Amino acid sequence: MELLYSIKPLAAILVSFFVVPIIFSSKSENVREAWTFLAALLKFAIVLSMLPFVLKGGQIAYSLVEVLPGVAIAFKVDAFGMLFALVSSSLWIVTSMYSIGYMRSLKEHGQTRYYACFALSLSATLGVAFAGNLFTLYLFYEMLSFATYPLVTHHQDKEARSSGRKYLTYILGASIGLVLPAMLIIYTQTGTFEFAPQGFMNGAFSKEATTVLLLMFVFGFAKAGLMPFHSWLPAAMVAPTPVSALLHAVAVVKVGVFCVARVITSVFGTKMLATMGLGTIVCYVASFTIIVSSFIALSQDGLKRRLAFSTIGQLAYIILGIALLSPSGMTGGMLHIAMHAFGKITLFFCAGAIFAASGIKNISEMVGIGRRMPFTMTAFLLGSLSVIGLPPLGGFISKWHLVIGTIESGQIFFLFVLLASSLLNAAYFLPISYKAFFCTDEEAMFEKKVDEVPTWCLVPLCITATCSVIFFFYPQPFLQLAKMTVATIIGAPMP
Amino acid sequence: MTHHFPALLIIVPLLSALIVSAMGWINRRWCFPLAVAALSGALAISVGLLTQVMATGPIAYKMAGWSPPIGITYVIDYLNAPILVVILAVALLNLIAAKTWIEKDFSEKIGAYLALYLLFLSGMVGIVSTGDAFNLYVLLEIGSLTGYALIGLGKERAPLSSLNYLFMGTIGASFYLLGIGYIYIATGTLNMADIASMIPQLAESSTLFLALIICMAGLFVKMALFPMHGWLPNAYSNAPSASAGLIAPLTTKVMIYAMVRLGLTVFTPQFTFSRGMLSEAIVWVAVAAIIAGSLLALMQRRLSRMLTYIIVAEVGYMVGGFWLGNEAGVTGATLHIINDAAMTLTLFLAVSAITWKLGSDKFEDLQGLFGKMPFTMMGFVIAALAVIGIPPTCGFFSKWYLITAGINAGQWAFVGALLFSSLTNAVLFFRIFEIAFFEPFATGHGHHDHGPTFSEAPLTMVVPLIVAAISLIALGLYSGDIVTKLIQLAIPAGIA
Repeated sequence: MELLYSIKPLAAILVSFFVVPIIFSSKSENVREAWTFLAALLKFAIVLSMLPFVLKGGQIAYSLVEVLPGVAIAFKVDAFGMLFALVSSSLWIVTSMYSIGYMRSLKEHGQTRYYACFALSLSATLGVAFAGNLFTLYLFYEMLSFATYPLVTHHQDKEARSSGRKYLTYILGASIGLVLPAMLIIYTQTGTFEFAPQGFMNGAFSKEATTVLLLMFVFGFAKAGLMPFHSWLPAAMVAPTPVSALLHAVAVVKVGVFCVARVITSVFGTKMLATMGLGTIVCYVASFTIIVSSFIALSQDGLKRRLAFSTIGQLAYIILGIALLSPSGMTGGMLHIAMHAFGKITLFFCAGAIFAASGIKNISEMVGIGRRMPFTMTAFLLGSLSVIGLPPLGGFISKWHLVIGTIESGQIFFLFVLLASSLLNAAYFLPISYKAFFCTDEEAMFEKKVDEVPTWCLVPLCITATCSVIFFFYPQPFLQLAKMTVATIIGAPMP
Repeated sequence: MTHHFPALLIIVPLLSALIVSAMGWINRRWCFPLAVAALSGALAISVGLLTQVMATGPIAYKMAGWSPPIGITYVIDYLNAPILVVILAVALLNLIAAKTWIEKDFSEKIGAYLALYLLFLSGMVGIVSTGDAFNLYVLLEIGSLTGYALIGLGKERAPLSSLNYLFMGTIGASFYLLGIGYIYIATGTLNMADIASMIPQLAESSTLFLALIICMAGLFVKMALFPMHGWLPNAYSNAPSASAGLIAPLTTKVMIYAMVRLGLTVFTPQFTFSRGMLSEAIVWVAVAAIIAGSLLALMQRRLSRMLTYIIVAEVGYMVGGFWLGNEAGVTGATLHIINDAAMTLTLFLAVSAITWKLGSDKFEDLQGLFGKMPFTMMGFVIAALAVIGIPPTCGFFSKWYLITAGINAGQWAFVGALLFSSLTNAVLFFRIFEIAFFEPFATGHGHHDHGPTFSEAPLTMVVPLIVAAISLIALGLYSGDIVTKLIQLAIPAGIA
């Protein structure tokens, strides 16, 4: 494996950090949003420029100051980090576009703060993706919690306040109460935080202690939304829709599962967890979340709330895949980070578009809306098919790997969990599209004219929906990156 | 010249106090620039000393050329060199930030006020740099007496709070003096290095053990360790803003320094931590201090009072960490002296700016503050994150060492108390952020654009605040260097 020292990872992280003061001092809306775009494009370009090297099996490292003995703020771009960075930095560009359409058409207040916090959140997200050790990971994880708080509570009304409270209580409470002590305990025993392909615990702890530590991490990274640490996510849906779209379908929640996946693979090590049989415990926790959240989603009438519960279930897929500890399972889990991101962000964009165009939030009021907003609702259908995991959409590829993973690991029970949940997904998504297009004229609730949303909103959701289709036929570079990560973990030759 | 730096460090503020005081009668306009110049000079000297210590090791300076045990030595080593820099930097930043306050509150008495300010500092700097246990007492009294005056100059209940502080402070100082008496009886010397060299032969001496307990008890009163904290919240929250920003960051921290100094280099760790019962009892008191301080802070409805109770909890952090008696604990306690001074300064500067604009720091008056005073609130938020303990701010790192120490010592109550306090601090500060961010509540769905109008405190207040806030992040990023290049060298051998 080739290791290259370069400042690029740091540059990718900081590029959006540095535009924050510019955004604040911008005189006009157009200038401010131009800078957001510039930062987003630049960020994506830097990430992209590292891709060929990573695809060749190389890693890019950069290290800042040493803050604790043997622990520096250090970055390392490997295949897994690259996968996540690609997803989040590319989707930031489309979300910025969508934000402009959405925020302007609803005449939201505090837009400068909004764009600044968004830029800050993306810095933190890439920081997590490129973190080279557990400490750096934690640092950016916490930074993301604080950067997103003003976004979640954007409306500044009572509902926003109570949701913000819930958001921070869960996320900060779990990270300070569970992750921090777990990190300290590991550090006192091992004296290092450096990620390693087979973990760095090296049998420093007994099986019981390892179990407790593992659960502290799995639940402590509450952004992953495993039950019972999930209820911040539906609450956070009070945020403006672009925030829900990027942060609560992609950046924040995926940071949560990314952290869990990193800790399982690079702190504990899959071999150790397999010999101790601990992966199965996490699988059961994830399965419980998958099934229960799907049932709750069925009962939600608020579209964004239904999407939120669906997200909780889909996040648990990813954790399930990783915790299966089998090559295909892990590949599927990692791939699902990308596939679910594109599918779910489409759905959120559509929910926001419907709200911006008609002011409607509830599914029961959306009968016949497909006739008025054909593009939006077609994209919605594609997005839901991808999340359900049907061909010809990207979600199928990741789910396919997950299913193979359950068979590979010989744990057929989880195969049934996946299949049952797919049926449930179909049950809570397909009626929305069906009712939107197929209804009698008497049932249709939109007699008056409802127009499609402004182009700024429409184009992004069409892009992400199209991407979901493309990824079915050509799931690169995500599949390759996931396979490379797994190969490093299990010590197989690079695919 | 550089040879005399340790002496100049005290002489500069001391003499300039006299000059500033005299200038108060001649031309009051010159008082403030003079005081700033004196403090900048002292700060430059302390930085010079720090680089000198880092390059060549500890410096011992004999006052007026008299050798110990007759003469008084001043010792600048790895332990106090960084603390001296912090003290002077805190004092300078606060002085600049307090300019408008001083001109408003003490326009007639500006010479006298600044003289007290500088005298207080010469006391603080002296306590930290002296190598003589009795001299420490003398300087302690200088620092305390000027401190009482600085607090008592405030309005309304300030004189009463100051009197209360004076009673408690005097009791504490007397205890310390009594302890020094016992040390003198047992060892026949007052020079710290001499005392330390005799400790191994006196390891079983109960006189000396009593001296340790009494000295520490005196310092505990002076640093407001729970339950001897009663004087602190009133004294600090009723003090004039200009004084609060000086005294709150420094006094308790300097007393903790004195505890560390006495424990490590006078009594030596072997002796200090030899009685397990004593250490354990003190750690439990510290646990109580952390929990009580956090809970009492939750009950406050005024920003400055809330901060004073946070100080009470922070004192518990440092006392507990030190008395765990292991390397991580002593490192954490020492690092936290520096970090907590910077954090408290930032918080009090923010409060002072807020009070300047709003005339109050009651919670209900803080509505819409993010819109009104964004820069002040930015500094406040960074300080709050440091107090909660979020990386990369400095508060995270000292807490890291302290919790590690608790884990290493198997003192889970201390670990639990620290985590509890972090979470409580999060609640404390987010309660304020909520008021300042949400209220007055937006109507409808936030579709309004008539937010609070921008009205920031004067630049002389905001710039020092932002500098202090940035220093919290810088201290965090450089905490690795501070620990390996200074604090670990300051910890004597013999600590587990």
